[in-house]
Amino acid sequence: MKDHVVPKTILKAINWNRLQDEKDLEVWNRLTVNFWLPEKVPLSNDVQSWSTLRPEERELTIRVFTGLTLLDTVQSSVGAISMMPDVVTQHEEACLTNIAFMESVHARSYSSIFSTLCSTKEIDDAFRWSEENPHLQAKARIVLEKYKAGEDPLKRKIASVFLESFLFYSGFYLPMYWSSRAKLTNTADLIRLIIRDEAVHGYYIGYKFQRGLEALDEARRQELKDFAFALMFDLYEIEQRYTEELYDGIGLTEDVKAFLHYNANKALQNLGYEALFPPSVCEVNPAILAALSPDSENHDFFSGSGSSYVIGKAVATEDEDWNF
Amino acid sequence: MPGLVFFSSASGNTLRFVTRLEETLADTAEGRCAKVLRIPISPQDPMPDPGGDYVLICPTFADGEGRGAVPKQVIRFLNDPDRRAGLKGVIAGGNRNFGTTYALAGRVISEKCNVPVLYSFELAGTETDIARVRRGLDLFWGMECSTMA
Repeated sequence: MKDHVVPKTILKAINWNRLQDEKDLEVWNRLTVNFWLPEKVPLSNDVQSWSTLRPEERELTIRVFTGLTLLDTVQSSVGAISMMPDVVTQHEEACLTNIAFMESVHARSYSSIFSTLCSTKEIDDAFRWSEENPHLQAKARIVLEKYKAGEDPLKRKIASVFLESFLFYSGFYLPMYWSSRAKLTNTADLIRLIIRDEAVHGYYIGYKFQRGLEALDEARRQELKDFAFALMFDLYEIEQRYTEELYDGIGLTEDVKAFLHYNANKALQNLGYEALFPPSVCEVNPAILAALSPDSENHDFFSGSGSSYVIGKAVATEDEDWNF
Repeated sequence: MPGLVFFSSASGNTLRFVTRLEETLADTAEGRCAKVLRIPISPQDPMPDPGGDYVLICPTFADGEGRGAVPKQVIRFLNDPDRRAGLKGVIAGGNRNFGTTYALAGRVISEKCNVPVLYSFELAGTETDIARVRRGLDLFWGMECSTMA
């Protein structure tokens, strides 16, 4: 009697000592070393500062943070997970599990800010607002459509990079603005941790997108590029309206828009594309740039500005072979 | 004009910056003579020989604590005293979203090698960055030449 032969798929255990793409390990290391939790940030030190904000400034801040919470929720529970069936390597899948979890940490950390600074009623009102705001709902919905099963895997990556490297920034602007005025500085520290994570996510998904393009013919590449720029236009239109609705009241809309243009260009660069917005509309308020990367002045030795030639104290590096 | 040496990982941001910079170099006879060399991604490939003075263009890969800012291959390149001797300045790539470690590779190399950080740019740079670096390099090399004369 013949043995019953059933063809089986071989299940493969992940082997981190056999890499198909070195970038996977590099990014895994970066993601895991950068791990953090909101409990690490002394948010309660901002209670005093919070009380100095006017009621409309407080409402704006809570709304901005619920908007960010919604995007993190989308990215954690749908976005990162929707890209798992598209992976080329098992290590990429492992990186996506980290990305999905950290998005949950981000979403959770806004609630830590709320419970530290706000009343239950203020929190509930803001969450209701996030469900009723048409622009916020529209941008989340557009991205979710691209994440659906059956959609093009590379279009999913484009949508993901735009969410992580562009859509968050109308919100991230505000804590950077407060921080530049020495307000809510601990909250800003927490937001900087989120910004840092999103930068790795956008970089990595953008890199995988570019690897995906390598295998395609010119016509398909053009189709994806057209798709990316069209999607950017659609999202930008919504972002403009969202920004006006939030920031007109405190007169910051134009400042936020420059920040949007600057970040839209960076999102496109993560995908390997050229800038969309010209330099003249990307001149971000220097106080915001300084809040983003404190203590790291813009080096321009050429123009003679700044003190970049002043050599500071040596920075410790941990590479054994960095020994001259 | 002396040379440019750069490193770019597989994500290609620094390569895109250098490619656009090279396009502007092609505008002048002097620029066309500039040697542009790439430090290979793979440690198995041979290192380029600048054979003279050069400016290094290098991206930043630091973690949250600033560790690992300078790519390993750049460290290998600079660990050779002859190659290091030609280094006259560094231009660093990075991303402001990494906060205090933005363009940190430039500062680390500057401190280790006692050369100025000439400029920093984000990701693949903007039009403004390219124009400033192009003009700046012309001036810088002119300055270097006159101090040597």
